Amino acid sequence: MAERVVMKGNEALAEAALRAGCRFFAGYPITPQTEVLEYLSWRMPEIGGQFIQTEDELTGLHMLMGASHAGARVLSTSAGPGWALFHEGLSYLCGCNVPAVVADVARLGGACGGISASQGDYEEVVHGGGNGDSQYIVLTPASVQEEVDLVQEAYVLAEKYMNPVVILTDAIIGQMMEGVELPDIKDHCLDQEWAYKPGMRKQAAGWPSTGYDVYGPYLLNKWAAMEADEQRWESIQVADADVVAVAYGISSRVCKEAVKKARAKGVKLGLIRMITAWPFPKKAFAEVNPAVKGLLSVEMSLKGQVVPDIKLATECKIPVYTYLSVDVVPDSDVVVETAEAIIAGTAKEV
Amino acid sequence: MAKTFRVPEIIVNEYGHGCCQGCGHGIVNRIIYEVITEMGMEDNCMAFHDLACGSNMLYAQKGNAFSGAHGRAIPTATGYKRMRPDMLVFSYAGDGATYSIGMQHTIHTALRDECMTAIVVNNTNFGMTGGQMSPASLLGQKTTSSPAGRTKELNGNPVDVCKIYATMDVAYVARGAVNNVPNVNKTKQYIKKAFEKQMAGEGFTFVEVIAACPTNWGMTPAQANARIADEVLAQFPMGEFVERSAK
Amino acid sequence: MLKEIICAGFGGQGIITTGILISYCAFETGSQFTWYPSYGSEMRGGTANCTIKVSDEEIASPLAKEIDILVGMSGPAIDKFVGSIRPGGYLFVNSSLVKDKTYRDDINVVMVDTEALAKEADNPKGANMVMIGALVKHTGIMSLEGTGAAIEKYFTEHGKAKFNEANQRALKIGYVKC
Repeated sequence: MAERVVMKGNEALAEAALRAGCRFFAGYPITPQTEVLEYLSWRMPEIGGQFIQTEDELTGLHMLMGASHAGARVLSTSAGPGWALFHEGLSYLCGCNVPAVVADVARLGGACGGISASQGDYEEVVHGGGNGDSQYIVLTPASVQEEVDLVQEAYVLAEKYMNPVVILTDAIIGQMMEGVELPDIKDHCLDQEWAYKPGMRKQAAGWPSTGYDVYGPYLLNKWAAMEADEQRWESIQVADADVVAVAYGISSRVCKEAVKKARAKGVKLGLIRMITAWPFPKKAFAEVNPAVKGLLSVEMSLKGQVVPDIKLATECKIPVYTYLSVDVVPDSDVVVETAEAIIAGTAKEV
Repeated sequence: MAKTFRVPEIIVNEYGHGCCQGCGHGIVNRIIYEVITEMGMEDNCMAFHDLACGSNMLYAQKGNAFSGAHGRAIPTATGYKRMRPDMLVFSYAGDGATYSIGMQHTIHTALRDECMTAIVVNNTNFGMTGGQMSPASLLGQKTTSSPAGRTKELNGNPVDVCKIYATMDVAYVARGAVNNVPNVNKTKQYIKKAFEKQMAGEGFTFVEVIAACPTNWGMTPAQANARIADEVLAQFPMGEFVERSAK
Repeated sequence: MLKEIICAGFGGQGIITTGILISYCAFETGSQFTWYPSYGSEMRGGTANCTIKVSDEEIASPLAKEIDILVGMSGPAIDKFVGSIRPGGYLFVNSSLVKDKTYRDDINVVMVDTEALAKEADNPKGANMVMIGALVKHTGIMSLEGTGAAIEKYFTEHGKAKFNEANQRALKIGYVKC
């Protein structure tokens, strides 16, 4: 029976992974992700799984590679600078076509940055991610409940496509508590099709160094299927909107509040809340009012990292504006003011 | 009665495993799979190869094997062994990978006393990339990245990981060599002991094998084996350095 | 109806726990809630605070610019957040520690002598229970019965059922005497 509890986002992410059948975690402490590691340090042994605190972040992903090849459902998590060290393993997991779930609880800044909330890892997570042609689905939860739901789904997607799946969250979603409904605990059988089992006698290099005539099309088909079938989003009052905000994670919650405030004073603001960052929810824009005056990217980054994706999705046919809030959570009143300025023609397009 | 030497069924040659003449990898691979065959573990072994020359051995046998990333064979093996403790799991890598890019795993896997076996083929250079200096290159050794010879001032002394492990609480540490038949036989015993201790759940086991790299050393195979006897074993002596009594 | 609450004070005064308990009570009595801690250098700097939002509808952001209720356990914490209270809102002052202060006259100020009342309830560590009792009485955001049951459940689930009776005494004294 489903269980209703109070949990922090990070702990819910960890518990949801366990309940999806994950029995292997390897990771390294870094704020604001550390609760995932701390929680699993006692919870994983309790449920009979393996927990390893690694020597650094990249080690974690290579351990995932081994455990996934054993047939297990696996998890590693990090934040900011730790994510930079994930790239090698992430590219390798993509190259090996094995399932894994990996999460970035984003924090502020390049370099070591700071520990406050940020959405500045978007480009790196969504469009970077590792050397060579590597690609994976990126899910962006906006609540503790959605952390649970998307982690569960991540394992299904990882095995459907034989590919790692990434959860991109942030310090606020990770640190906040909400009431949450947890699904039942699932067991996961190790003897999966992709696993190295006794008596199997299989040899494989990770990314094949030959055979691209076959391997190239395999990857292209896989990515095309993800793009076609896995775009996820939530649309709120976009059909009649004069301005549509586009946001994910914590910024999308602020935008939801802004839509209510704007509508209460007669400003027609709508919202596309991204649930996948890759594939980018291009299909969401088909539902938008054809007479919309502008799209407003609300994000916690300096560069406006989502803007290029919005422009590509709309073939640059709709003006795009930004409200960028770097190390503080965006303010719903400013979202409304910016929407008003766009309607009045006084806002500056990017 | 005359002794008959048979190539174990698990070893295959049909792919042609791409080693230079006189390379030590083929011999190490052979004795590893002889031991596995003697233990009856052909269907229950899992090798994690590094990239570079060691990965040629991926296709020189037909047991379960996977090639991890540069320097990451040990943590990849760790992840697998934790989930499937009944399998015989070993990593197989060179001195370049294990003592440079993967040195953190070399230390921390032993600190955690992971119940697996790490086999390192030490040929005192980075073979596949063309013979650059490795942390195990000897002082004075000329390589493509130390053309005037390795110096302590510029590069530090060669690393002896067996000595480092001797300060740690692990199950078994040994160093063998494959430059002549007696040493090959001794090395095979070391590997067997390491595998048996792993399967008995005793902890981290490690065997370094000194092997020739005639191509990058600029020598004939015979000269290369003579260099092992004269120079390399003087720096890195054979023997068993740690043998913890069973828990 | 959305209620925005900040609990603030010195580290070690049980601020985070007080916030969690209020959240838990909201959860158990069927409301939506969010709880968000201050974290980072502030945690080491000796002050602590958390923001709780309680509503019967979906809550957007877990952060608050303006608040309805401030639980102020220390002087500096009150100074920091008192300006954020909406006119007509509530300030609960830990008067065991914070004395001789003057307050805005457009808010309701409730003095709670947490230490003395906790002692009276024979629960010297129950200052936060006393505070929650006072908060429930004056703001009516939750019922006393629902709050009592939720706190009992929380402590039982966390292996601290032995404090249940003392907690209920402190909660009731806060409710009755403030």
